[in-house]
Amino acid sequence: MADGQVVKRAKYKSSVKGPGVPGVLKMTQDKFVFMPNDPTSSARLNVEFRLIKGHKFTKEGPNKQALLNLAQDQGGNYIFEFDNFSDRDVCREFTARALAMSGESGKADSERSAVTIQDEQLSTAEMERRIKLLQEDSELQKLHKQFVIGGVLTEAEFWATRKKLLDGDAGRMPKQRVGLKSAMLWDVKPSADGKSNRVTLNLTPEIVHQIFAEKPAVHQAFLNFVPSKMTEKDFWTKYSKAEYFLRSKNAVAAAAEAAEDEELAIFFKHDDVLLNEARRKIRRVDPTLDMEADEGDDYMHLPDHGLPHVGSKDAMDSQYEQYRRSLSQSLNRHAEVVLEGRAINMELGDTRAVAEALARLKQVQLANEASHGNNNQQRLVRISRMAEIEDLQAPRDLPFAPLCIKDPREYFDSQQANALKALGDTLAATKQMKCRLSTSEAYRSLREFISEVKVAGLGDPIVKPEVTIKVLNGLTQSISSTKYHLGKNPQESVLDRLPSMTKEELLHHWTSIQELLKHFWSSYPITTTHLYTKVSRLKDAMSQIYPKLQEIKESVQSDFRHQVSLLVQPMLQTILVQALDAAFAHYDADLQKRSSAKSGERPNGFV
Amino acid sequence: MKFQIEDVTVYFPYDHIYPEQYSYMVELKRALDAKGHCLLEMPTGTGKTIALLSLITSYALSKPSNSVKLLYCTRTVHEMEKTLAELRLLHQYQLQHLGPSARILALGLSSRKNLCINPSVVSAENRDSVDAACRKLTASWVRALAIENPNIPTCQFFENYEKASSDAVLPPGVYTLQDLRAFGKEKGWCPYFLARHMVQFANVVVYSYQYLLDPKVAGIISKEMQRELLKGLREILIRWLRRLKGLRPPDASRLRAEYNRLVDGLAQRGNLSITDTWLSNPALPDDILKEAVPGNIRRAEHFLSVLRRLVQYLKGRLETENVEKEGPVAFVASVNAQAGIDQKMLKFCYDRLHSLMLTLEITDTDEFLHIQTICDFATLVGTYTRGFSIIIEPFDERMPNIPDPVLQLSCHDASLAIKPVFERFQSVVITSGTLSPIDLYPRLLNFNPVVSRSFTMSLTRDCICPMVLTRGSDQLPVSTKFDLRSDEGVVRNYGRLLLEMVSVVPDGIVCFFVSYSYMDSIVNRWNELNILKEIMQHKLIFIETQDVVETTLALDNYRKACDCGKGAVFFSVARGKVAEGIDFDRHYGRLVIMFGVPFQYTLSRILLARLEYLRETFQIKEGDFLTFDALRQAAQCVGRVIRSKADYGMMIFADKRYSRHDKRSKLPGWILSHLRDAHLNLSTDMAVHIAREFLRKMAQPYDKSGGSGVKTLLSQEDLEKMSNGNNGEVLF
Repeated sequence: MADGQVVKRAKYKSSVKGPGVPGVLKMTQDKFVFMPNDPTSSARLNVEFRLIKGHKFTKEGPNKQALLNLAQDQGGNYIFEFDNFSDRDVCREFTARALAMSGESGKADSERSAVTIQDEQLSTAEMERRIKLLQEDSELQKLHKQFVIGGVLTEAEFWATRKKLLDGDAGRMPKQRVGLKSAMLWDVKPSADGKSNRVTLNLTPEIVHQIFAEKPAVHQAFLNFVPSKMTEKDFWTKYSKAEYFLRSKNAVAAAAEAAEDEELAIFFKHDDVLLNEARRKIRRVDPTLDMEADEGDDYMHLPDHGLPHVGSKDAMDSQYEQYRRSLSQSLNRHAEVVLEGRAINMELGDTRAVAEALARLKQVQLANEASHGNNNQQRLVRISRMAEIEDLQAPRDLPFAPLCIKDPREYFDSQQANALKALGDTLAATKQMKCRLSTSEAYRSLREFISEVKVAGLGDPIVKPEVTIKVLNGLTQSISSTKYHLGKNPQESVLDRLPSMTKEELLHHWTSIQELLKHFWSSYPITTTHLYTKVSRLKDAMSQIYPKLQEIKESVQSDFRHQVSLLVQPMLQTILVQALDAAFAHYDADLQKRSSAKSGERPNGFV
Repeated sequence: MKFQIEDVTVYFPYDHIYPEQYSYMVELKRALDAKGHCLLEMPTGTGKTIALLSLITSYALSKPSNSVKLLYCTRTVHEMEKTLAELRLLHQYQLQHLGPSARILALGLSSRKNLCINPSVVSAENRDSVDAACRKLTASWVRALAIENPNIPTCQFFENYEKASSDAVLPPGVYTLQDLRAFGKEKGWCPYFLARHMVQFANVVVYSYQYLLDPKVAGIISKEMQRELLKGLREILIRWLRRLKGLRPPDASRLRAEYNRLVDGLAQRGNLSITDTWLSNPALPDDILKEAVPGNIRRAEHFLSVLRRLVQYLKGRLETENVEKEGPVAFVASVNAQAGIDQKMLKFCYDRLHSLMLTLEITDTDEFLHIQTICDFATLVGTYTRGFSIIIEPFDERMPNIPDPVLQLSCHDASLAIKPVFERFQSVVITSGTLSPIDLYPRLLNFNPVVSRSFTMSLTRDCICPMVLTRGSDQLPVSTKFDLRSDEGVVRNYGRLLLEMVSVVPDGIVCFFVSYSYMDSIVNRWNELNILKEIMQHKLIFIETQDVVETTLALDNYRKACDCGKGAVFFSVARGKVAEGIDFDRHYGRLVIMFGVPFQYTLSRILLARLEYLRETFQIKEGDFLTFDALRQAAQCVGRVIRSKADYGMMIFADKRYSRHDKRSKLPGWILSHLRDAHLNLSTDMAVHIAREFLRKMAQPYDKSGGSGVKTLLSQEDLEKMSNGNNGEVLF
C-alpha cells in the first residue's frame, strides 16, 4: 500500500442480478469513492470505511462474476462487479486492510486518549499492555468504556483491581497459538468435474503453509523459481502433477514425465533438506532411544552385502526407486510437523510471504541450536530421572505447565454437551419408555406409594423436611419455567433461549454490577474525600442499573417475559436487593454517621 | 536404603524395595559365593538391572581384597546408556553413604562410530567407513610417514592421547558414551582409545554382548584384563546365534577387481615377509600366528592363488539350479577335491589375510570387506565340523524366475559361541524377563548353572490388563492367519479396534504387527478406508520403518507427543528393533495391541535347517518350537509397557488363535495370571468397555505398600525384621 490508494474500473450494482452502472472505483485509506462513467448518473458514492462493517466476495471461477460486496453498518450494502478477478482481489485486500485499520484506530484512539488524559506518568509499555488487554477482551473493553469513559471510575481505579491481570501478563507464557491441523494433506481431494479429464485442486494459504513445512524441498524450489522462473500458478500445477503421479503409484509414468520436464523432476527427488535435517537431529536425540548408534556396533554386521531381509525385497528396478514414496515416511513427517506446531505467527495470506517467513525462521532455529549448550545438561537430568523407579521412592514434584483454555465457558459447555449427547444415545431408549406412561398410570403408582408410606409410615427421614420442601419448591419452579419449552434442546440454559441482544445485555449488566460492587466495597472504610466522592459516584451508577433492568424486562417479547423475569428477579433479589441494598444501607448509615460526626465536630471546633 | 544379605551390606539407592528384587539379590549372592554360573528369570518391570548392579557393586565393596570386576553386556547401545544411567544413580548413593572409598570407574564401550570426536572422521556414513577413516589417520605407518612429511594428516586427538601416554587416565566415575566424548573433547584425547585403555582399570564395563562373543574382540579385552572376571550377561542368545555370510554374483565381480588390486599392490611393493606385520590392533598373538600358518600359504602369492581358487569354487557352487544344503565336513571335502584347498588352509584364511593387509599397510579397510567376508567364511568352515550348515539358494522363493543366488553359512549351535565365555569367566549371570522354559537353556548353551530360578511378580493392584480379542464388532473373527489376513473384514475390524481405542485411551498406544510387509499393506488399506484420518483426529501417528534414522526420530517425536499430552500411536513390528529394545513404560504406552501371532517366516531355509538340528540334537518338536517362539515374541512386545508397580497398561492380543489353549498357555506366567477367563474371547465393543473400566480404576490413588495381605513393597525396617526372623526365602 505504498501509494495508499487503489483505482479500478468497476460496475456499481444495487443488487447481484442487476445490470450495474459502469464507472471508476477509487479507494483511499479512509474512504472509497465511486464515479460513474456517465456523469449524469445518480449512482455516485462517497463512503467512509468506518461505516463499513464487513465485506464479502465471490469465489474465483471461470464463469463467475468478480463481485465485491461491502456491507454497511446500518444495513444495506454496496456491490461492485470488476472486469477480472485480479482487480477484484486487489480491491478486496485493500478493503480488508482499510477496515482493519479504521476499526482498530477508532477503538484504540478513544482508549488511548482516555488513558493519556487521566494518568500522565504511565510508561508507554504499561499503556500498551493495557490497550492490548482491552483489545483482547471485549467484555473488559465494554466495562472500560462504560465506567472509565463514562466517568464513574478513574483510569487508575479501574486498573487497580486488575493489577494481577497486568502483572501476570508480563510473565505469562506466550499467547496460546492455534496449532496445525492433525489431518494430512491428502484430505485435499482433487475434484474432477466429470465431463473432461480436468482435475481441480484447491490450495488455500493454510495448505500451502503445511506443504512448505512438511516438504522443505518444495519450499526451497518455490523460493528459487517463483517468480523468476515460473509463475506461482505454474509452480503449483507442476507440484500437483507430481503429487498425482506419486499418489497413483505409477512410477514408470512418473519417470517418463520427469525425463521430459526438469522442473517437474524436482518434485520427485528425495528430499535432501530433510535428509540433512535428520542427520542433524539424530545427534540431539535421547541416547536411550538412539537405535542408530547400534548400527554397526556388532562385529558381524555386513554392510552393502545386501543380505535379503525377510519380506523386504522389491521386484522393481531400482531406477524407479525415487519415484515411489512410502506412506510411512510421509506419516512420520506429517506428525513431526504437527508436533512442532505452527511456527510462523502471521496472517496466512500471500504464499510468497509465507515461504520467506519460514525460511527466516529456519535460520533462527539453526542459530539457536548452535548457541544452546545447556540442552545437553537438560537431557542428562531427564535421563537420570527416567532411570529411577518411581514407586520405590518418595514422589517428586514435577514442574507442570498451566492449562490454558482460550474460552473456558465455551469449552466446558461443549464438553458437557458432548457428554450429555453420549449419554443421551444410550439413554434414549429408556427415556422413550418413560414418556409412554400415561397420567393415570403415573397417578396410580404415586397413590400406591403414598398408601404404602401411610401403612408402613416413614422411618427416620434421611433428609430434613425443610430441606425437602426447599428442593421440591425449587424443582417445581424450574419445571414450570421449562414446561413451555419441552421438545427444545434440553441442554441449553434459559439464557440461550433469549434473543441474543437481551442475553448480551443481561450478561453485560451482570458483569457491570459485579465490577461496581467490587469497587464500592473496596473503597471502605472511607478515609479520604477522594474515596467519598468515588463512593457517591458508584452509588449513582448503581442506582441507574435498576431502571435498566426493568427496561429489559419490559422490552422483551411476551414469550420470554416470564423467562426474563425469572432471571432478572434473582438478579434483582440477590444482587441488587441484597448486595446493592446492603451497599446503599451501608452508604446511608455511613453518611449519617459522617454528618453527625461533622455536626459533633463543629462544637469541638468552636470550643 | 541399606541392608544385610548374609555377610554383605547392600546399598540400594531407593527407600523401598520389591520383595522379588530382594530374593533376586539373595540368589545372585549365592551364585557369586559358589563361583558358578547362574540363570535368573524375573518379569519385566521389576527392576532387574538395579538389583543386579547394586548387589554386585556392594559385593565388591564388602570384599575389598577379592576385587571383582563386572562386565555387563547389553544388546544395544541405548540399553547400555540406560544401564549406565541407573549405575550413576547407584554410584551417587553409595558415594553419599560411604564417601570416597566407594569410588569406582565404570564406562561404556562401543565402536569408533559412537565414540569418535574427530569431525572429519565421524561424518562418514557407516561404521566401516568411520573405522577406515580412523585407521587412515592413526595407523602406525601413517604416523611414521607424517613425522617426515607434515602434509600427511593425522588425528590430533589420537596424537594428544599418545603424547599424554600414561597420564591419560579417566578419573573415577560413571561414564556414558556421551560423557566419554565430552571428556575427550575437554582434554583433547581420543575417547575411543582412552576407553579401550581404561578397560583394564575399570570396575564395571558395559558393552554390547557381541563384543563378548566375537573371538577377535574378546581376545583384546581379555588380554587387557588379566584378572579374574565376572560377567553379567543379559538376555543374550535369546535367539540362536547365527552367522550369515552372503555372496552374490555382482559382488563376485567386484571382488575380482579388489582382488586384482591386492595383486597389483603386492607387485608394487615386492615381497614382504610376515614377520613385521602386526603393527597395531593385534588380534592374535604373534607367536601363535607364526607357528600356525601352514607353509603353503605363507608366501603371499601362494595365498592369493588359494583365495583365487576358493572364489572360483564358490562361484561355481553358486551357479547351481537347486537349493543345496550341506554340512561343513562335506563342504570342506568338496573344496579339497575340486579346488585343492585343505581344511587347515581354510582355517587360516582370516589370519593370513589380516596379516597381508597389515603388511601392505592398507588403510582403506572398508574397500576390502568382501574379500574379508570370504576369508571369515573359509575360517569358520575350516574350524567347525558340526553345528553349522551351508545353504545355497539360487533364487528368492517369491520370484523364482529372477536368479539371485545366495550362499549362507548358518550356525545352529549357540553353545559354540558362548563356550569360551563360560570357560574364561568365574561367574556368568544370564538374566532376562523371558527365559522360560528355564531348564532348556542350560541344555542349549551346554553349561551347568549353580542357581537357576524363575521369579514371579507381586503386584499391588491389577495394573496389567491382558485381553484376547477374537472378533470385531460385527462378530467376524480376526486373525493374521494366511488365508484371513488380507480379508477386507479383518482389515476393517483391526482398524475399527484401533480407532475405538485411540478415543478411549490417553497418551501413548503401541501397535505391533507381524511383519514389515504386513504393516505396510494394512496401513495403506487403512488409509484408503479413511481410518487413518479418523485416528489422526485423536492422536498423531508414527511408524517404524526399516530406515533406522527415521525410526529413531519417529520414536523421539512419539515421546515428545506423549510428553506434551497430545498423545500418539506408534506402529511397530514384532521382532523388529523397536520391539526388542525400546521401553514404552508409563505414559509412553498405556496400551499395546498385538495384531496377529508373530510366527517366524517358516519357509526360510535357515529356520528349517535350525529346526532340524533342534529335533536331532534336543528332540524338540518343530511345531512346539515355533509356537513357543511366536508367543515369546508376543510377550516380549507387550511386556514393554510395564516398568514398575506404579505403572499400568493394557495388552490386547488381537487374533482368534490366542484363545486356543495350546497357544495361550505358552505365554509367560505373569501375563497368564492376569488373564481372566472373561477376557479370553472378546469382541471390539467389549474390549472398549473393559478398557474404560480399567483406566478409570487405575486413575484412583492406592496404597503402594500393598496394604492388606502380601506386602509388595518393603522398607528398611521390614527387611531388618525379616533377617531377624531369618525367613527371607519364604517370601516367594
